[in-house]
Amino acid sequence: MTARTRFCGGLLRISRALRTVALSLVTGCVFSVHASFGAVHGDNDTSHSSGHGTHTKTHNTTYPATRAFPVLTVNYDHVRKPFEISLWILLASLMKLGFHYIPRVSSVVPESCVLIVVGLLVGGLIRLLGETLPVLDTQLFFLCLLPPIILDAGYFLPTRPFTENLGTILVFAVVGTVWNSFFIGVVLYGVCQIEGEQLAAVDLLACLLFGSIASAVDPVAVLAVFEEIHINELLHILVFGESLLNDAVTVVLYHLFEEFASEGQVTVVDACLGMVCFFVVAFGGILVGTVFGLVAAVTSRFTAHSRVIEPLFVFLYSYMAYLSAEVFHLSGIMALIACGVVMRPYVEANISHKSYTTVKNVLKMWSSVSETLIFIFLGVSTVAGPHSWNWAFVIITIFLCLISRVMGVVGLTFIINKFRMVKLTGKDQFIVAYGGLRGAIAFSLAFLLPSDHFPMKNMFLTAIITLIFFTVFVQGMTIRPLVDLLAVKKKKQTKFTINEEIHSQFINHMLSGIENVCGHYGHHHWRDKLSRFNKYYVKKWLIAGERSQEPQLISFYNKLELKQALLVAESGSAANIGPGLSSAALSAQSQKQRTVMKNISKEREEEIRKILRANLQKTRQRVREALDQHYTHITTSSPHTHTHTFSDTLGPPAIETRLDILQMTHYLTVSASGWDSPPVRRARFQSDSQEYMAKPSAPVSIPAINMELVSAPPGSLALLEEVTDQAQQSQDEGCGMHANSHEEKSMKPNVTFALELEKQKLSRCLSDPGPNKIEVEAEEKEHFLS
Amino acid sequence: MGAFHSVPEDHEYHLLAKKTGFSLEQIVILHNRFNQLSHNSDVLRREDLRKIPDLACNPIQSQIVEAFFDERNFKKGGEGSVQEIGFEEFLTVMSYFRPPETHLTAEQKEEIRRTKMRFLFNMHDTDNDGTITLEEYRHVVEELLSRSGSLGKETAKSIADAAMLEVASISMGRMGPDEFYAGITFDHFLKILKELEIETRMNIHFLNMDTTFFCK
Repeated sequence: MTARTRFCGGLLRISRALRTVALSLVTGCVFSVHASFGAVHGDNDTSHSSGHGTHTKTHNTTYPATRAFPVLTVNYDHVRKPFEISLWILLASLMKLGFHYIPRVSSVVPESCVLIVVGLLVGGLIRLLGETLPVLDTQLFFLCLLPPIILDAGYFLPTRPFTENLGTILVFAVVGTVWNSFFIGVVLYGVCQIEGEQLAAVDLLACLLFGSIASAVDPVAVLAVFEEIHINELLHILVFGESLLNDAVTVVLYHLFEEFASEGQVTVVDACLGMVCFFVVAFGGILVGTVFGLVAAVTSRFTAHSRVIEPLFVFLYSYMAYLSAEVFHLSGIMALIACGVVMRPYVEANISHKSYTTVKNVLKMWSSVSETLIFIFLGVSTVAGPHSWNWAFVIITIFLCLISRVMGVVGLTFIINKFRMVKLTGKDQFIVAYGGLRGAIAFSLAFLLPSDHFPMKNMFLTAIITLIFFTVFVQGMTIRPLVDLLAVKKKKQTKFTINEEIHSQFINHMLSGIENVCGHYGHHHWRDKLSRFNKYYVKKWLIAGERSQEPQLISFYNKLELKQALLVAESGSAANIGPGLSSAALSAQSQKQRTVMKNISKEREEEIRKILRANLQKTRQRVREALDQHYTHITTSSPHTHTHTFSDTLGPPAIETRLDILQMTHYLTVSASGWDSPPVRRARFQSDSQEYMAKPSAPVSIPAINMELVSAPPGSLALLEEVTDQAQQSQDEGCGMHANSHEEKSMKPNVTFALELEKQKLSRCLSDPGPNKIEVEAEEKEHFLS
Repeated sequence: MGAFHSVPEDHEYHLLAKKTGFSLEQIVILHNRFNQLSHNSDVLRREDLRKIPDLACNPIQSQIVEAFFDERNFKKGGEGSVQEIGFEEFLTVMSYFRPPETHLTAEQKEEIRRTKMRFLFNMHDTDNDGTITLEEYRHVVEELLSRSGSLGKETAKSIADAAMLEVASISMGRMGPDEFYAGITFDHFLKILKELEIETRMNIHFLNMDTTFFCK
């Protein structure tokens, strides 16, 4: 067995390698084919066009009539551009796949390194074939490759740690970057002057410009490396936040020095204007982003009737924010992030569950592909050159970058720690300093330099590339063992529990209360004020329907419930039921309350029965019969009927208890939660345009027990059918009823299938729990905390 | 508004500083605030705290106020609640929210953690019996949701029930059919909130500058 798997593994690896080689060859061939087709280009064109235009041209043609009708023609030129782009993306994605099949490599080398190496190889291959190398076109980079990554980062930014550490992040981003630029620029200038010879031509402004390019920490590289080391949240947000926010500084400094370098001289007024420019760029970008975010939120309020295009609004508005900011040379990255952060809570409350999933997955996919492409192109561009190597310059650059980063971080932390409650330790500082990776943004900015003003552009380019390689390879590869060595705290892997959520909120309120007693307006006070403002004024405008009233704890609780229910439904076995479901626990907890609960449920039961019977119609009777058949058919024929496994594991008294509880919860879930919960959100298709009526005193089921609905014993079958029949009606008292019956349906895949045969229009919410994985992701968790 | 402290009782202040760990400036500021709240009398009553306008919007206002008058929080080993407190007790309760120093041993950190958790536990355990029963927990959740409109007790009840179930399963594992989970003891409480990192979260920034005249 093991021999075979090893053989298969080996075979797989070989096939992967072969495939990549083959693909590279194909790429090369494609180019050479294109080259050779240049010759027959003319012929193909005319035959092609004559093929199309024969109707118009038949009279005028002097075309020799002896030629046979071309059955098969090749016209590569026609599709050249899209073909190449697709091929590149395909190559990138295959690389990503192949990467994970080489286990030893993937645990040592971060993905970004491998991708750069692949880029180098492909570049080398293309050069060998004598083709022109595609260079990382700056337009392409800034307009197509960068935005998805930034949007992904901004949209899923964990806002709570971000705002808590905002001061620190800003200090690192702004002051740190300025310090780095000036330090590198000035010292480099000094070194150049000392060195003499070729370097003497480099003047101060050019050096400063180079310094500003080289000092910016790159979000793409940071993301790529930090994603894999699972470091604790604080450090992650510090480095990552810094890499995002320093864009404003970089933009300003870059344009500033570029302007000055072409002018040739600097005055004090210019310097002051430069500082003003910084504020304009930063806040302008944020403003643009916020405006677009709010517009997106308002738009999403009205998308109830066209759910399919909801994700498109998210993407378009964000992209427009980016482009609009770029028009005015404002910070596009900050605009994008502001847009994502502002838009997210409102849009998520408005759009359907499926749209939310779509947005999430498309963003992740896009950013992943972008990142891969960027690194590959970086490798290819390295091969492309042009290079001008200067030992001194390059070595000094790398050395200076390291030194200035360390000095900057240590110095700033010393000042920051006076204001922080949770001080940054030496280990933290080391990671922050070491995690300052440079990446493709620096390269693109260097590439963008006009070579007439900067005769040493090639030297700059080479130095930047070497710097990027150094940080990504050396620092990227060694950071993981260093993190382990220094025993830096890793990210918590635990799932978030209800208790933690309750106490989190409790602590927040308590802290802001104590702040009030103390009499100073601290962080908690302002956060409280903001959330109250948000609740009373903003949410009304931006969130449709009653979801604006839903408090955070409830939505968290409901989401948790839903997730667990879906988990159980998909796993389909009693053994997987989550915590707290041992019959003992149930009986223990409900012992005190059981009698009371039973009484309530009996009342409820009567009420519901009455309502249901009052609305029964003949057609539904028919359906119910059909349903009967289907259900029994399925339960008897399916190999692992839930009912069977369930009853087998329990003794008789437990079944009794369970039956009671099950029946009780049936009625509990059916009799509607009085507010919109995520199951309702998924069921909005029917009542999208209708107002939700709250059923005031309906009890909500205990989540633990909900899960047991997966295996309803036959006793409650009748009621289930009544319930699901009830759901057929579109006009109803309390749309919540639909919703929860749908929730039940989603937990009973067998019945769902049967039902869908009968009632297509209910299928929308049922068809997508997605591929059997529910990830309790940190991002979603953050959403609820922030 | 707070008048500058009437008598610079330095000796007392030093004692307090040693006891609670605050710096002298912080104690002075807090004393100013105390005087402001209690209208320059020596004792603080519940009504004085309730008059703080910002506190009125807080959903768990009553529990916060109670915490100041709970003898268990005075570190003197007493129990029950009092009607009025002096500055020393005020300061003692505030000291629960002091951020920990940077260079502490693991045991000291654990001790601080336990103290803060104990404070939290006392806030929930209103009847002083050492466990948080289902009723008490329900009360907590109700209070938390009390500002969020007319959702009623049922939601709070079920959320609290779910939370209790969680605690039961985490602390007790599988229980026998006759076992009854009476309530959350302090140890269970510690266990379920292990991940909350309370020593970093439950902190207030006590300033060294007096800003109390900015707020009411």
